[in-house]
Amino acid sequence: MIKVEGLTKRYARTVAVDNISFEVEKGQIVGFLGPNGAGKTTTMRVLTCFLPPSAGSASVAGFDVLEHPMEVKKRIGYLPETPPVYPEMEVVEYLKFVARLKGIASQAVNGRVDEVMNRCAIADVRSKLIGKLSKGYRQRVGLAQAIIHNPDVLILDEPTSGLDPKQIIETRELIRSLAGDHTIILSTHILSEVEHSCERVIIISQGKLVAIDSVANLTNRLRGSEAVALELEASGGRPNPTEVQQRLETVSGVSRVMMKDSRDGKLLFEVESLQGRQIRADLARTVVNSGWNLNELKSIGLSLEDIFLQLTAAEQKDAGLKETQGVTA
Amino acid sequence: MRAVLLICRKELNAYFASPIAYLLMAFFALIFGFVIFNATTDFLRFSFQMQFQGGGGPMSINDQIITPLLGFSSTITLFLIPMITMRLFAEEKRSGTIELLLTSPITDLQIILGKWLGAMLLFACILVMSMINVALLFAWGKPDIKPVLVAYLGLLLQGGCLLAIGALISTMTKNQIIAGGVTFFVCLLLWLLSWSTANDVGVLPQVINYLSIVTHFDNFSKGVLESKDVIFYLSMIFFALFVTSRAMESLRWRA
Repeated sequence: MIKVEGLTKRYARTVAVDNISFEVEKGQIVGFLGPNGAGKTTTMRVLTCFLPPSAGSASVAGFDVLEHPMEVKKRIGYLPETPPVYPEMEVVEYLKFVARLKGIASQAVNGRVDEVMNRCAIADVRSKLIGKLSKGYRQRVGLAQAIIHNPDVLILDEPTSGLDPKQIIETRELIRSLAGDHTIILSTHILSEVEHSCERVIIISQGKLVAIDSVANLTNRLRGSEAVALELEASGGRPNPTEVQQRLETVSGVSRVMMKDSRDGKLLFEVESLQGRQIRADLARTVVNSGWNLNELKSIGLSLEDIFLQLTAAEQKDAGLKETQGVTA
Repeated sequence: MRAVLLICRKELNAYFASPIAYLLMAFFALIFGFVIFNATTDFLRFSFQMQFQGGGGPMSINDQIITPLLGFSSTITLFLIPMITMRLFAEEKRSGTIELLLTSPITDLQIILGKWLGAMLLFACILVMSMINVALLFAWGKPDIKPVLVAYLGLLLQGGCLLAIGALISTMTKNQIIAGGVTFFVCLLLWLLSWSTANDVGVLPQVINYLSIVTHFDNFSKGVLESKDVIFYLSMIFFALFVTSRAMESLRWRA
């Protein structure tokens, strides 16, 4: 549905997007993930024909963004980071304007407007001025605007930014309910967002593609290394935390030991293993042999947060880049 | 065409949803009313004097009231134009709504034409305010209507030119104040140029004089409809709108 090849976008002095390629299949929800300034918005703007690419190509439903912008625009619904609403218009008036702008036939306009207002739960503010709406409502009006012409592709730039937790959940549900009929790309720098709503993740950092894979695969791939939470009982300053740390670090297969917490007579450590090593048994043995009291020992999965940090950190050191890029799905 | 009208209607709504349209109309009505009042009282005093003392040529409402009045209006519009055009694109760029327009299946040219047409209609509404006063002259006098219509056509065409230039300037910035200020400066410059070069005979002053949008209004204000002036205005409008569309295109590439 969406095909991006060697996409590069240069501004006067900086390269915002550097040779990115990816494909998105019909009906998928894809999360576009990266720290602020990674090039997410720029990529989206190229896909929506707002900006022309400096090099490379992008196409939507088989239409190139440079050669057939009209065909692309007809098939795309776009919610920029700040919803593109006119504060002096009423909600209904605005949605009717957008509906006509997107080329919906006059007799179908009212029906479509009612439909998206119900879907985005904004029917109760239909005749309010948009300028008087709260941020959450305004965001939903923005979303209604994006889906009004029932586009094949939805491009949402940080759809939940600035919303309160309840609104975030509602918006996520709304986005998920849109999947299936629509191919959705949503950008975010919040990782849990991707875990909740997306099937696949595209991670970019500093304009470069770092990883592209399904959420599950990405977690699994990086979880070749194991993370273990370890809790010891400690009373009267014994055992000494530094001593424990040093002892744990000597266990074979351990790559990193971090002290997480020490209070109420408890010491909490997080231990990460080297790729493909099982360390729980060895850890337990070491603790018991040292005469410490083991309270708890459990495996914890690396969260997407950790993966993201690992990937982008690796990218910055320019190490491990090719390894992750090779797995382009 | 449907898209052009859609944008045009949106622009008109925006003008009339804010105080700007009413403010401009009131401002123009006030100044025009003041000037026509003075011109008419002068005219009446003059004609009384002639009745009692005799002498003097024939009096004409057209020549002595309407022509100078509409000539003066053409200068006043130089001050109104920047206030109409400054928000056209600058506001959309600042608030981000330009992304909606540029990612919708309509062309840049349709957006520009729609916006220009909207500005044009507001400008026409402002001119209509002055027609109330002129209508009074027709109620109590017998001026010739044709020169008046020609002069109004001239005002519209000159306004259209300046609106197109204002729209062009508005695409270049996110800041309404800058857009308005620069447009005002350009209008003022055109006006001053027409002054300073009016009596020069050299080639350069003549060219500048020809290009100065204001000088082409002279014939219209006298009630003379010359095709060369109409063509000048129409081609200037076309040219300015064309450059505007180029400017928008280049903004995308530079963005």
